[in-house]
Amino acid sequence: MDVTQVGTNNNALMIRVSGRMDAVTAPDFEKTLNQWIDDGNHRIVADLSGLEYISSAGLRSILVIAKKLKIKNGKIILAGMEESVHEVFEISGFNAIIPIVDTVDAAVNQI
Amino acid sequence: MSMLELPAKIENMEALMTFVSDRARSLGFSARRIKEIELASEEALVNIINYAYKDCDGIIRIVCSGDPIHLIIQIEDYGSAFDILSLSDPDTTSSLTEREVGGLGVFLIRKLMDDVTYSRQDGRNILTLFVRLPDA
Repeated sequence: MDVTQVGTNNNALMIRVSGRMDAVTAPDFEKTLNQWIDDGNHRIVADLSGLEYISSAGLRSILVIAKKLKIKNGKIILAGMEESVHEVFEISGFNAIIPIVDTVDAAVNQI
Repeated sequence: MSMLELPAKIENMEALMTFVSDRARSLGFSARRIKEIELASEEALVNIINYAYKDCDGIIRIVCSGDPIHLIIQIEDYGSAFDILSLSDPDTTSSLTEREVGGLGVFLIRKLMDDVTYSRQDGRNILTLFVRLPDA
């Protein structure tokens, strides 16, 4: 899994997540995002178009990050996820608690 | 039938998962279904590493076999007896603030596999995943 900053847009930190978010890699995602939030980034747009796989460990990390941002009056929007990843969000009901949009542009408009 | 046995360590996850996905690939499952099989397997393996062997070391054995219409993935450990299928489903409708972190793994296994069974035999937990073959 790779998670990288790709700039800022509409006062939001733009990030890209690719590869596999599983029990092995999810803790790295959480640690990296926690650091960026502590640096003062409270509005985050995550481009997930390169994310191939997510398990409950990945969902759990995203939930932790979304809760932390909510406390700081911030938010994270997830964009561009492929069908198999979207399915996992849907089964888990995460599509109802974390904003998910089709494109990064739509996410920037909503953040 | 094919079998792989490794210490129940997070660093062995990749080898265990690759063993299952290679088997699924050789049976002609779609890329999408292979990811679902990997996901169910990962959730079962993580449960063993985090709970069955919480306070001790142990091994995980995966046995892949089949019947005329299923790929059958048997995941075994010698940890404390625990039927993960006895867990109730998490509330998937609660709000962001109320949503609990956890409890989703078993729920995903149930939703994605065609059938799942648990048994306790000779000091082993045996979780068996049944996946209907692509042309069955």
